[in-house]
Amino acid sequence: MANEAVADTGRSIAMVEGLPGIVADWSSDQRAFKRVPWHKAMMWIFLLSDTFIFTCFLTSYMTVRMSTTVPWPNPSEVFALTIAGHHIPLILIAIMTFILISSSGTMAMAVRFGYQQNKRMTAFLLVITALFGASFVGMQAFEWTKLIEEGVRPWGNPMGAPQFGAAFFMITGFHGFHVTVGVIFLIITAVKVMRGSFDIGRPGFMTGRKGNYEFVETMGLYWHFVDLVWVFIFAFFYLW
Amino acid sequence: MAHVEGQQHPIGIYFWIWGLLFVLSAGSYMVDYLNFQGYLRWSLILVFMFLKAGFIVAIFMHMRWERLALACAILIPTGALLVLIGLMSFEGDYVNATRGMFFSTESAAPVGQLVDHVVGHR
Repeated sequence: MANEAVADTGRSIAMVEGLPGIVADWSSDQRAFKRVPWHKAMMWIFLLSDTFIFTCFLTSYMTVRMSTTVPWPNPSEVFALTIAGHHIPLILIAIMTFILISSSGTMAMAVRFGYQQNKRMTAFLLVITALFGASFVGMQAFEWTKLIEEGVRPWGNPMGAPQFGAAFFMITGFHGFHVTVGVIFLIITAVKVMRGSFDIGRPGFMTGRKGNYEFVETMGLYWHFVDLVWVFIFAFFYLW
Repeated sequence: MAHVEGQQHPIGIYFWIWGLLFVLSAGSYMVDYLNFQGYLRWSLILVFMFLKAGFIVAIFMHMRWERLALACAILIPTGALLVLIGLMSFEGDYVNATRGMFFSTESAAPVGQLVDHVVGHR
């Protein structure tokens, strides 16, 4: 079936006509990426396209920040919090950074325990990762609320260059959306692990392909990418 | 199809990289906390950023152990983005220069206030 078509490459294939022929032709190519399952290669290609999207956002942010004649708001001050009487610069962003890195660590371990077919540890670590992700989104909601209350809008703000709000809401909003989607799929993956879908090769609800523990690694690729994008946002938007 | 092609590595390496990412993140936060400015600030931010990104891609995403065909297919197009960044930095400089030329009679602050006034909050 589908697996045979991937494995057999060297023999001649009968030509199919019409619409099924399109499918047959496109799927008859030789496998280019050895030692990775197709869904992992496709996840990498998706992440590459996502890299281009985030680079477009960060590059437009760079362009508006370089070209504006109005002083850019100081992120160190804008994102400062007063905790127990101490005024600490950028503290919430720092906490969010550590939370996302921790979630990357638990995700990497979940992948490892997945390959050992350790259901309980894999599902447990996936849920922990999802909780880290959810708390990250929660803090981002808090941060947005605080800034909106201070009068920051996509078209202007009291602190300086009006482009600040546009760049902030666009970049962090798109990243937060990625985290949210990741949390949802982490929970779906954890449920699949717990009920043994990857042990018996139960077909997935979206693709109908047989599940296996390589899916956990593909899920991990997406999650690490979310962390990776945050590294660049943290450096260029919050620290620069 | 019982075979598994995935990446399996000792758990220790993940703990090491995890700890390292914490240290690097703390380092980049200290750049702001200690209020470094100028080229020292920017170079430290970039060094910490690239180290963190490199460790995440190489170890956590297992790129170090993938075949070169996959690594090149993903990383070389990413490198092409440097051209976009370079072009847009020229563009940003140019727009800034023309604004300096044509808006030079206005001081910086009133533009932001004008936007606030038109939009009507504050």
